[in-house]
Amino acid sequence: MIRLVGILIGLGFSFIVLLAFGSGVLTVIDQGYLKEETAEHAFHQEAHGPDGGFQFEGLLGTWDYAQLQRGYQVYSEVCSACHSLNFVAIRDLQQLGYSEDQVKAEAATITVPGIDPNTGEATTRPALPTDYFPAPYANSVMAAAANGNAIPPDLSLMAKARHGGPNYIYSLLTGYAAPSEELLEEFPDSAPGAGLHHNPYFANLNLAMAPPLTTDGQVTYAEGNPEPTIEQMAADVSAFLMWTAEPQLVKRRQTGWAVLGFLLFATILAWFAKKQVWAAVKPRKH
Amino acid sequence: MSFPWAKDYQPQNPLMRFLDEKLPLPRLVYNAVGAGYPVPRNLSYFWNFGVLAGFFLVLQIVTGVVLAMHYAPNTLVAFGSVEHIMRDVNWGWLMRYTHANGASFFFIVIYIHIFRGFFYASYKPPREMIWLLGVVIFLLMMATAFMGYVLPWGQMSFWGAQVITGLFEAIPLVGPGLKTWLLGGFAPDNAALNRFFSLHYLLPFVIAGAVILHIWALHIPGSSNPTGVEVKQESDTVPFHPYYTAKDGFGLGVALIIFFAFVFFMPNMLGHPDNYIEANPLSTPAHIVPEWYFYPFYAILRAFTFDFILPAKLWGVLAMFSAILVWFFLPWLDKSPVRSGHYRPLFRKFFWFGLIPCMAVLFYCGGAPAEEPYVMISQIATAYYFLHFLVILPIVSSIERPDPLPFSITEAVLGSDDNAVLGDKAQATA
Amino acid sequence: MATTTGNAEVADVTGEDGVRRRDFIEIAAVSAAGVGALATLVPLVTQMAPSADVLAESTTELDISALDVGQSIKAVFRKQPVFVRRLTPAEITAANDVDVDSLRDPQTLAERTLPGHEELLVVMGVCTHLGCVPLGAAEGENKGEFGGYFCPCHGSHYDTAARIRKGPAPKNLQVPEYSISDTTLVIG
Repeated sequence: MIRLVGILIGLGFSFIVLLAFGSGVLTVIDQGYLKEETAEHAFHQEAHGPDGGFQFEGLLGTWDYAQLQRGYQVYSEVCSACHSLNFVAIRDLQQLGYSEDQVKAEAATITVPGIDPNTGEATTRPALPTDYFPAPYANSVMAAAANGNAIPPDLSLMAKARHGGPNYIYSLLTGYAAPSEELLEEFPDSAPGAGLHHNPYFANLNLAMAPPLTTDGQVTYAEGNPEPTIEQMAADVSAFLMWTAEPQLVKRRQTGWAVLGFLLFATILAWFAKKQVWAAVKPRKH
Repeated sequence: MSFPWAKDYQPQNPLMRFLDEKLPLPRLVYNAVGAGYPVPRNLSYFWNFGVLAGFFLVLQIVTGVVLAMHYAPNTLVAFGSVEHIMRDVNWGWLMRYTHANGASFFFIVIYIHIFRGFFYASYKPPREMIWLLGVVIFLLMMATAFMGYVLPWGQMSFWGAQVITGLFEAIPLVGPGLKTWLLGGFAPDNAALNRFFSLHYLLPFVIAGAVILHIWALHIPGSSNPTGVEVKQESDTVPFHPYYTAKDGFGLGVALIIFFAFVFFMPNMLGHPDNYIEANPLSTPAHIVPEWYFYPFYAILRAFTFDFILPAKLWGVLAMFSAILVWFFLPWLDKSPVRSGHYRPLFRKFFWFGLIPCMAVLFYCGGAPAEEPYVMISQIATAYYFLHFLVILPIVSSIERPDPLPFSITEAVLGSDDNAVLGDKAQATA
Repeated sequence: MATTTGNAEVADVTGEDGVRRRDFIEIAAVSAAGVGALATLVPLVTQMAPSADVLAESTTELDISALDVGQSIKAVFRKQPVFVRRLTPAEITAANDVDVDSLRDPQTLAERTLPGHEELLVVMGVCTHLGCVPLGAAEGENKGEFGGYFCPCHGSHYDTAARIRKGPAPKNLQVPEYSISDTTLVIG
């Protein structure tokens, strides 16, 4: 009885889902194509990193502290005008190789919202290392209003919040270009509208952010650093944002090697122990 | 317990004798996973996954309790509190990555455990109750995992909660009210986040209870084995300890190496980048997917795109739940006199060339965007899925002529069974 | 043939050194598991210690330029109250007139302040009995029998140098580590 009911139910579900399949096939035949080609699909480009990659990549990668410091400089001089860094505290900069005093001095140059100790009214004060990086806009309405309705996203986790991570950030920053003739011909609707900018690395090819890094030397690096070309600045800030997204990256992998090494040792021991235990009842070869 | 030759617990010292008299916990352990539990001697490594599942349950509970010490279930701060765990709490990143990947590995282990059950027909009598409890555990795990995924309050958390609770809207009459009741509002918000946190903390302990029942039920007939032939004599078994404790220890080591390779070197590979964006009720991600372990069922849900008497959405929801509920009926759908797929040639073909590719396709399509050709492929796979369990399995198990079985486990292992020849005389030597 | 039945019984062959090889490898494997379990305890235990953000807030800076003689400020140091008071000459005299050896927790005022800043008393506002906040820092509060601080929970009286004089508290109010640079008081 159960089997009879089961067979009926099974045939029923299959019939209905095959009806859906049939209607899908009819639609495809009717349209004459399986899937409509989209500009996003045809002209989107895969993210890539800078030449030579990042030093933190790979199973043994480490931070390039000089690069992270340059990246922080790019963030604070360029990106921070529009983008927040909500989950990073100023004290965290010590992890980039700055001394405690340098971090204190840096904090003092940053202005954060505060209250007047006498009147309680909203005011501003120099930041302390314990403060978090202040957001450029007080709220999302203000952020949207100042940026043609596109809210600049928080950058703390950007390197983990996009496919491709730091490579994506690098590609996006260096990938602004005029849309190709081919694209405009095939998909005239995909031409960047007012206030939009074409970028083949962005998901729908047109984004509201104007190219943030426009000229070589836009940020002045200290003595002894590479030339601040657009590519260099983009790579530096991408590395910095990898750090803001995953500050424990290098420590994590180092811990991982220790853990895996120990586990490998223990598992080999366990293998011999298992063999030893089973030796008595091991099946005879026949 | 299960077999007359099972070793009896002998307390070794006065303290143990005292305990054994007042609260025989050591005896319970001895009989459950100690030398007092005789286990078929021929278990393959596929039989390691029960113990592994138990390990991952404990791991999830331990890391989960730790995370709950630092997490704040409030929509204003939930996302930030997860970042606090990742950045400021000592070893917080390790706890969170272990918990997140632990969920994935729990499901990997459980899927292998379940499909081992399919192939060896472990659900067949006398082990129906073990199987039923197992399906209950799987359902509880799905509920727990879903609610856990909502807690970080990222974009996928929010929209996953929106979509999954939206499924209940498909139920005629009560649906919309039910969804509002589940969420405590009209969209996922503080009320939903708080109750999901509460239930996410509760359910693992319910799972632990169901696991105890699962193991209890297992100890009544004893473990199944790759031949599917029941244990007949002492020579068919070895004591769980030290034989299977040693084997499980080695298996656990291998599993941990793979697991921690993920935790330390690719902790976000099984997750979705969008969940590192804080929940935004005003903007839907381009491509909403559940966690990977729900992909097959998500594919089945989306395969129903055609209104036939009932709306397509309702068919999808019915089919998705039925896809798991059908497992409850396997002990009665499979009428074969033989358990193990090794001795069922036709059944085996359908398993390897039907069910496994079908699941692979459903896994792939569930994670793919809802567009052609993925929808059409998943429709074929969905049709096969239901045909396999509800039509092919009952028919094949009735008409198939199984291969000859070994007389006993001993014979299967050693090539001969003295007892088979010697009969009563062997009983004396055993 | 007993061996073909494959039971667990293994001949108990003991080597000449008394330890069987089988024992050694098994003990090693179990020990490795034990070491692993112990190592796992480290993150599980240390996760409950103060996190980085809590530790970062473990210093408090105060501007004391506006603090006049006889005035107090209540500040917060490590989420606990701290009392900063510029003592009046009378209070200093009262504190110095006490026979130190007669005190429950013998300390002079000089020992409880920084050299050159004897008039500036910085103490934690946490009663050493059971952790209540004593009264006396704010204007008009009960200063107790000795003109310093008074804890209303169980009646501990502290003198003008915040030393315990009467009641159940075992110790003087704790003086946190602090330094003074110019007009800034840095606690912690």
